[in-house]
Amino acid sequence: MERPAPDRTLDTSGKYCPVPIIETAKAVKAMGPGEVLLVIATDPGIETDMPAWCKSTRHEYLGTDRDGRVFRSWVRTRHPA
Amino acid sequence: MTTRKAKALGLISGGLDSMLSLKIVRDVLGCEVRAVTFYTGFCITETQRRAGRTRADGTVKPNEALQAGAELETEVELVDISDQGYLDVIANPKFGYGANANPCIDCRIDMFQRAKSLLEEWGGDFVFTGEVLGQRPKSQRRHTMALIEKNAGLQGRLLRPLSAQLLPPTLAEKEGLIDRSKLLKISGRGRREQIALAQEMGIANFPQPAGGCCYLTDESFARKFFDVLDHKPERKIAREEIVLLATGRHFRISDKVKLVVGRTEGENFQLDRFAEGRYRLEAAGVNGPIALVEGEPSWEDMVTASRIVARYGKGKDLPQVTVSWRGGGADGEDLVPVEPFRDDESFAQLRI
Repeated sequence: MERPAPDRTLDTSGKYCPVPIIETAKAVKAMGPGEVLLVIATDPGIETDMPAWCKSTRHEYLGTDRDGRVFRSWVRTRHPA
Repeated sequence: MTTRKAKALGLISGGLDSMLSLKIVRDVLGCEVRAVTFYTGFCITETQRRAGRTRADGTVKPNEALQAGAELETEVELVDISDQGYLDVIANPKFGYGANANPCIDCRIDMFQRAKSLLEEWGGDFVFTGEVLGQRPKSQRRHTMALIEKNAGLQGRLLRPLSAQLLPPTLAEKEGLIDRSKLLKISGRGRREQIALAQEMGIANFPQPAGGCCYLTDESFARKFFDVLDHKPERKIAREEIVLLATGRHFRISDKVKLVVGRTEGENFQLDRFAEGRYRLEAAGVNGPIALVEGEPSWEDMVTASRIVARYGKGKDLPQVTVSWRGGGADGEDLVPVEPFRDDESFAQLRI
């Protein structure tokens, strides 16, 4: 499935649970509503952590792709309630 | 009874007790809740992921605080406290260690002091936790809980909803901000009441107790932790050293020299990342682990380390294995032939 073009890319390669999510949370705070963040990670836990974090924060989880050791997760920031 | 909505800062580990506390404070007491979880760098989940260890079904262990946030549909903020200030507390605890390298009282005081700062910055009324009176042998005794509260500067502003009716009322209860009669009186190590409550409150997914989630309570980790502190002129430990302590097999070659040998592909990958400033050892021509030597090794120390590295590789039964030495401030590589140790007992006394 084709992923949307990201408005911002965050590379967390080499960092482990929960640091990629801490950095994701910081990145999203600096973005506008409806923008897409691409998070690159090498911790396979991103596949379970990212959907859980999105559910709790009500950002839209767009999926995670794997290419060898590298994971790419897409998140669309929520619109204000 | 005041009509103002109380603001409560919850410390959420992701375990069932903290999930129940959040539900009670948010849904039963009707407070505005801000949920945080502290990242200390001693998380077992993180360490297992770093080492490439998975569960029986091949999946990685999820972060419990994030799972709890998803289950409760509440954002759980991850706050990184693994700074030097926290590490200094761990290396020099005022109230001492538990059974291993776990200074639970000092650690909790530090966490509650940080929670107090977050609470004040946010303009909140009180902090709450999932602590249960008598559940843990040391840190959740009545006396210890009061001591932690006092030393953290949170007297009267720390609510334990699950045991609140067994503890003195907090300021929020006294002032009528929250209703004490809606709080609980659970104590002890059992989980029957909590599981029944989870069903009643509609919490379907929660982690099973796994004997703690902190690496400092691990006996093997504690040996390595104290070995580092005992071989330093001052009791100080760095974040990078903590990561290395949870990676590989550790050997004390001499007072000034230590060897770390990777056990898995994940650990070898991790050790490679920390090779700068250390000697990097690896068997040449045969598969084997990556190893790091720390300190000021003599030639003999390096040969001993190399014989151990060769022992854990595919060439362990060969008469001789060539080991590559890199780093230590020199460019290029030395190729040194050594005889692998023939059995583990020959160097068992060096194992930390």
